[in-house]
Amino acid sequence: MTTTQELTLKTEPFVLNMGPLHPSTHGVYRMRVTLDGEVVLDIEPIFGYLHRGIEKLMEERTYTGCIPLTDRLDYASAMSNNFSYCLAVEKLGGIKVPERAEYIRVITAELQRIANHCLAIGAMLNDAGALGTPFFYLWRQREKIYDLFEMLCGQRVLYNYMRIGGVSQDLPDEFLPAVKKFIPQLRHFIDEYEFFLKQNEILIARAKGVGILSKELATNYGISGPVARASGIRWDLRKNDPYSVYDRFEFDIPTRENGDCYDRYRVRMEEMKQSLRIVEQSVKQVPGGPFRTEVNQVIRPPAGEAYAHIEGPKGELGYYIVSDNSIAPYRSHIRSTSLINLGALRQMVKGWKVADLILIFGSIDITMGEVDR
Amino acid sequence: MSGGELIINTPLAMQVTPADWPGGYWWHWLFFTVAIIVFMLVMVIGAIYIERRAMGKMQSRIGPNRTGPFGLLQPVADAIKVLLKENIVPGTADKIVHFLAPIVAFTPVLMIFAVIPFQNGALLADLNIGILYVVAVSSIATVGVFMAGWGSGNKYSLLGAMRDIAAVVSYEIPLVLAIIGVVIVSGSLSMNEIVTSQDIPYILVQPLGFLLFFIAACAEINRSPFDLTEADSELTAGFHTEYSGMKFAMFYLVEYAEAMAMSAVITTLFLSGWRGPWLPPWLWFIIKTVIVFFVMVWTRTTLPRVRIDQLMGLAWKFVLPLALINLFITAIEVIFWPDVSQWFFVIVNIALAAILVILFSKLFKPGWGRVEV
Repeated sequence: MTTTQELTLKTEPFVLNMGPLHPSTHGVYRMRVTLDGEVVLDIEPIFGYLHRGIEKLMEERTYTGCIPLTDRLDYASAMSNNFSYCLAVEKLGGIKVPERAEYIRVITAELQRIANHCLAIGAMLNDAGALGTPFFYLWRQREKIYDLFEMLCGQRVLYNYMRIGGVSQDLPDEFLPAVKKFIPQLRHFIDEYEFFLKQNEILIARAKGVGILSKELATNYGISGPVARASGIRWDLRKNDPYSVYDRFEFDIPTRENGDCYDRYRVRMEEMKQSLRIVEQSVKQVPGGPFRTEVNQVIRPPAGEAYAHIEGPKGELGYYIVSDNSIAPYRSHIRSTSLINLGALRQMVKGWKVADLILIFGSIDITMGEVDR
Repeated sequence: MSGGELIINTPLAMQVTPADWPGGYWWHWLFFTVAIIVFMLVMVIGAIYIERRAMGKMQSRIGPNRTGPFGLLQPVADAIKVLLKENIVPGTADKIVHFLAPIVAFTPVLMIFAVIPFQNGALLADLNIGILYVVAVSSIATVGVFMAGWGSGNKYSLLGAMRDIAAVVSYEIPLVLAIIGVVIVSGSLSMNEIVTSQDIPYILVQPLGFLLFFIAACAEINRSPFDLTEADSELTAGFHTEYSGMKFAMFYLVEYAEAMAMSAVITTLFLSGWRGPWLPPWLWFIIKTVIVFFVMVWTRTTLPRVRIDQLMGLAWKFVLPLALINLFITAIEVIFWPDVSQWFFVIVNIALAAILVILFSKLFKPGWGRVEV
């Protein structure tokens, strides 16, 4: 006689390997996902497929020669990386940056933030299954920002624009009018985009309440940037520890309370608006004068160490540099936002479905170049 | 309304009626078999072209425009390319099942067209149970999909196949219930008679039925936003991940052929099939089919994908109750007011459909997707 116990179907979890070559892992991230049917029981993150040893390479280059390397960390926001690195070296060497260069840096960094958020939101919605359309709409705006950057330094993705003590070249005459023209265009676009997606039933069903990152968890994992602000942490280095000339502008820090995917999307949207406000104000205030302090090509900062951080598009982006008074950093370390923000992924996805795993992963907004360094 | 007779008196035997066709039974059979295969292949090529171009336009890009005038030959070029590709069978695959799956998936889709009238009486077999035949045959394609998922020996494929089974099992019921509304109004199961009885297109008489049928059909043939089976951002390519070359082409063909077949069924059931002024009937039929297909493309570019539990929730909590209510209302109208003008019911039903959909969408909660693990 067979008993009911024997007839009961026994299921067991199985392991699914996601990545490193998967359409939604934003590069070469790999997850060993333990699944019970559709439900994610556990994930094991594996990375390092894009490791190029940039921190070590920086020890072999001159301080100026390191700038192109920083471009290649977070290739979706190269300007911010340049900015943070230059700040660290300037702090180390006590180099003063002229007013005009500060404003140029702020404009480029904020435009870069918008470009990065365009990519982040687009990629997240692509992961949610909106086949391309929201992505391409944002991509078009990002292209316009890239056109502006091309005008500035001839490069579209990896700029190598900032220099220690300023920027590599002055603003071309047509740059500021082009930015002024671009601001209302983008503002109109954002409103239009919000109209399409803010109340989208499926997006709300998919993203609201999904992948909640609690305030405590976010604090404990050291998460920063839009992900932390979506969890209700009011932390923005532009306000909390103003660097450059950020204390001169009026802008708000958008925060949300729930810390779900939808909030992360909303915070990024709001941040784009705030960045536009900053760009608008700084374009009006750009002073004349030199765009770079004259410093030697080969800098020898005094022995010591310095850490400079900025509010990058993804969160706190910091460079820690130790100098031994030689031409190259003795040691450098990058506080890469993507890697640290990824930390909580495992806690966030447990118990959700495979589809949610992809969406939550997309909503954190990482760049593999920065994770693996 | 063609009367309150709910009992269909004709015997449920196969009733092939090529009565007035020259040459008799076998010529009729040969002509329509060839015509259907040619028609379907041409329509699929057209559908691929329309989808890619329309998606390009909607996503602010160009779409294929290099091969032939306006890129018209792009599907042909794709077909040639895919036929020349190597056919790879993975080592872990169940060889026979893997080989048979595309055929099992493709044949039923072709068979649907056997009962679709291209103009009055112009169909391969005017079955008096035509619509029942469509429902029965169309769900066989799922077996092919599941064979592909199981036989590939790939976990992504298996997940996709399981999703497809779940979707088809759930949506078959509301699909049939939505059809019964039409059958009650027209008083016949024969596809040709359903068309001839449509003095007013049933989309107006059965607006709710149309809506539910469209949703259920989209879910059954895995069109976006219900394309979970091949969710490219989650499961790379779902059930056909391990297919290449000719067999992949077969699945690609099935995808569009299913979409075309469902568009044709919707046209026949709800858009008065081949009927229409001025133009020849077969042209009306093609135009309407393409319009329905275009709506599917439109939803595909517009909406994000739903999650598997939301798909199930939508079927059982939203579509199924509404389909039952729709059936109930239709039955009451036919029984108690058989002599009232259909135009009166057009107004009543549209109002009722609007009220019910709004009411149910307020009540419908997609559910809490997280499971404690």
